[in-house]
Amino acid sequence: MNKQETIAPNSFKMIRAMAGIGILCGLLIVFTYEGTKPRIETLRAEALKEAIFKVIPGSTQMQPYVYQDNTFKPANKSDEDVIYAGYDDSGVFKGLAIVAAGQGYADIIRIIYGYSIDQQEVIGFYVLESKETPGLGDKIEKDPDFLDNFTDLDVSLNEDKDALKNKVTTVKSGSKVNEYEIDGITGATISSRAIEDIIASSAEKWMPIIHKNRSIFKNIDNE
Amino acid sequence: MSNNQNHNESLKTVPTSTDEFIKGLWRENPVFVQVLGMCPVLAVSNTAENALAMGVATAFVLLMSNILVSLLRNFIPKEVRIASYILIIATFVTITDYVIQAISVDLHKSLGAFISLIVVNCLILSRAEAFASKNTVGKSIMDALGMGIGFIIALFSLGAVREILGNGAFFGFSLFPDGFQEWVIMILPAGGFFTLAAWLLIFNLIKQKRAQS
Repeated sequence: MNKQETIAPNSFKMIRAMAGIGILCGLLIVFTYEGTKPRIETLRAEALKEAIFKVIPGSTQMQPYVYQDNTFKPANKSDEDVIYAGYDDSGVFKGLAIVAAGQGYADIIRIIYGYSIDQQEVIGFYVLESKETPGLGDKIEKDPDFLDNFTDLDVSLNEDKDALKNKVTTVKSGSKVNEYEIDGITGATISSRAIEDIIASSAEKWMPIIHKNRSIFKNIDNE
Repeated sequence: MSNNQNHNESLKTVPTSTDEFIKGLWRENPVFVQVLGMCPVLAVSNTAENALAMGVATAFVLLMSNILVSLLRNFIPKEVRIASYILIIATFVTITDYVIQAISVDLHKSLGAFISLIVVNCLILSRAEAFASKNTVGKSIMDALGMGIGFIIALFSLGAVREILGNGAFFGFSLFPDGFQEWVIMILPAGGFFTLAAWLLIFNLIKQKRAQS
């Protein structure tokens, strides 16, 4: 009994301190979040736009599309799972940019790749987010030989147009023979295979529906 | 107990604010003397830019948490002090994370997970526990500035060496002609240990020389 009485005022002080600090800290975080949000969003959108123009060579304008009710529609800001159509200055369609993500060696890798409907090829590639090991796994971002894979990677569809003709596969560095193979990176096997998986599964998902609706992207949306 | 010790110490020397500032730079340098906060020191010092950004981020969190801990030092009962310090530190880390994102996407990309790991940087917690919770706000600010700048200097001296040898560049600018073979190991974790060991060696040699003369 006696003991409890001496503890009681103490625990009130503790709760007061923790709750007080909790509220103060919560307020600080909310204010910073609200204060930096618009700027962070603009920066992210800018970075994404730059990446889109990078992976679709020759593009200077873009239009996001979302896949709804078996067709592609111009996307709103709030839509998720969006793909981007790239056009040059005069509004000629240059290709599509698709964001894809998957498990890498360290964490989720997010990439964006360019796709040409006419050539049925991956025409550009850029890593948006990766925490791969510096010096090894992060070669997926910089290694020129590896990046060369994605200037003309074959992702053409089979005769039924419902799946890829050849699955994208990673081969040992330097042994690439077919257009659908990715030359892997020595010392970054897991990271290069992760990129293969990300592109392969994303291509399996998007290519058939893109092919079915390919006429939609031919004209620039003037709205 | 440690309270007593501190008290005795301050009776002996009565350090001024300038002393509190200077000690972090050299005599009690957090990295080279106390060897605290090794996780970011080894992990994020692979380029000069990353090291500088990480150093500034850590110093900022250290400064803000020291101020708040010192302000609230009579309000926090000692039973919940660690939890309170962690809460305060975590808050400023989150704030720093948002601010860095608002400054540059690329910078945030390269610092990655290490920003959130500032929360468990023992340098910050140790300054809150050993200094800010027992001293006035003014002294705590001086202490945080000294320790923070000491940490920045240490991280930067590691980052500069590692980038020059590992990438052949300084702040991204190439230093050597094309034939230069980069020491890839220097930007890998092992290179962090090598560089840190070399700096510790130099630091201790200088100290020894000074003590002798």
